[in-house]
Amino acid sequence: MANIMYWEAIQRAHDEEMARDPLEIMSVNFAWLAMDQMFNSAAKVRYMSGGQLTAPCVFRSAGGAAHQLGAQHSARMEKVFMGIAGLRVVTPSNPKQAYGLLKSAIRCDDPVFINEHELMYNMKGEVPDSEYFHPLEGSEVARAGTDVTLFGYNISVHWCLKAAEILDKQYGISAEVVDLYSLSPLDRAGIKASVSKTHRAVIAEEDEAPVGVGSEVIAIINEECFFELDAAPVRVHSALVPQPYNHTLEKAAIPDHEDVVKAVLKLFGKA
Amino acid sequence: MKIEDKKRVLREMVLHRRFEERCYQAYIERKIGGFLHLYPGQEACCNGVMEAARPGHDYVITGYRDHVHAIKCGADPKEVMAELYGKETGSSKGRGGSMHIFDAGKRFMGGYALVGGPFPLAAGIAKAIQMKGGDEIAICFLGDAANNQGVFHETMNMAALWKLPVLFVCENNLYGIGTSIERSTAVVHQHKRVAAYNIPADECDGQDIEIVYEHARRAVDHVRSGNGPFFLELMTYRYRGHSMSDSRGYRSREEEELWKQRDPIFILRDRLIKEGALTMAEFETIEKETDAYIENEVIKFSEESPEPRVEDLEKYVLAERDTQLPWLTGKAA
Repeated sequence: MANIMYWEAIQRAHDEEMARDPLEIMSVNFAWLAMDQMFNSAAKVRYMSGGQLTAPCVFRSAGGAAHQLGAQHSARMEKVFMGIAGLRVVTPSNPKQAYGLLKSAIRCDDPVFINEHELMYNMKGEVPDSEYFHPLEGSEVARAGTDVTLFGYNISVHWCLKAAEILDKQYGISAEVVDLYSLSPLDRAGIKASVSKTHRAVIAEEDEAPVGVGSEVIAIINEECFFELDAAPVRVHSALVPQPYNHTLEKAAIPDHEDVVKAVLKLFGKA
Repeated sequence: MKIEDKKRVLREMVLHRRFEERCYQAYIERKIGGFLHLYPGQEACCNGVMEAARPGHDYVITGYRDHVHAIKCGADPKEVMAELYGKETGSSKGRGGSMHIFDAGKRFMGGYALVGGPFPLAAGIAKAIQMKGGDEIAICFLGDAANNQGVFHETMNMAALWKLPVLFVCENNLYGIGTSIERSTAVVHQHKRVAAYNIPADECDGQDIEIVYEHARRAVDHVRSGNGPFFLELMTYRYRGHSMSDSRGYRSREEEELWKQRDPIFILRDRLIKEGALTMAEFETIEKETDAYIENEVIKFSEESPEPRVEDLEKYVLAERDTQLPWLTGKAA
């Protein structure tokens, strides 16, 4: 295992997989301009051609609020990509995933969108020394627990882990953290398994709530294991505003681990 | 240009230069956050064109390197700086930041962060002018790399087809972020690219304000007379990086020095001295007065202004609900 940074892990995967060159869109905010090609062409060509043509391309793009970049440079767009049939969406929360998901995405014959976060490139973590392919489907239990499941992806996994620590130490609540590194398809079995164990769910996302990961996960919970629930699931999310430039407003607009803690305490009637 | 105008514009250009340099310092001091794109080196472009147009009357739109264009249109430098400080008194009430300066009252229609984004907006403004029948024109200031966006061609086609009163000013500073124009663009001379749409175009030195002014005057006259769009390419150079996170490793220091020898402020200053209309001592006084104004008024105002209130986070997302009830609820007010 090597302890390397997120961007270094991506670089290593790039270096190892030379045959299919991934497309890097500098910022998801710029990806709107390529939507027609990504959605109408890449995602649909296999189906439209009855399987004759394929578009085994990988799009990497970073999004998220990254310190006062303003309304046109801070978007989270995973919800947009998740809604497109024919496109896979993954989102790494650590260097190991960043490396392994990119390698699998390049080998996979489907178009894959890899959603990264601008604030995470300097994050350090363990990456296997030998070649490693992370599954493009599924989810990971990042921390086991019994009382409540905290669903996160990408940067919000880290809010959930921090919140779980606080909930355990200060409130005696055992939180399980599930990392939804695959946003399309979402891991129905993994979501069901964890909620069936803890009977409570909180979904944390940096994005605004409407039509988002949180609403999708709650819909899956309803469909898969509604009668396992002891409380209504809760979403932790950004305010429904274009990202403000002002630092205080920006901070007020986006959630963090404290909001996850508050949501859990509310769920347990402790706040 | 008349001597009085040249002296006035020299003072304005010194303000534009010092304002931007002060922004640089404030960014280092972490008073300004986010992205910051500075204008030094290109002052003769905005000033030369706007001297030939009517600031505050004609509609102006541009990209993210927008502070100077806003000020030239009549925006208060105090409000522009306060915006960079993220304050409630800022031109966009602290919500926009450096890339999104707006002053609709002065007909400065904004700075936009997506490269090429303002092209169709400029055409839209021009269409509105045409429909209303006013004598204003729309002026769209963008860089050379913006012309590689697909929307450039869509806009040129419709602007020419509908004979829209819009002047496209291409400030060709030779680099799209860190990529030189030769490496990114098949046709290096940007004014040639609109020939396919029968849009008349011109190209000139963007460092000498009198040259810019003469070319811009013809371009503005063409557009204001109802002849449709015009495309003006100005050859210029930005001294600093694309933004603050750019160490300029993609170009040589020799190249930068070569351009600095044709500094737009010094060209105008030296000409005025030669014409006997200015002394070096007077110029130094202008610089001192400008610095004092920036420090004592612009920075002081920005420092002392209040932050936006967190309760107002969702203000301006949509129209004030109370004013929209008949349409939102279907019930008469």
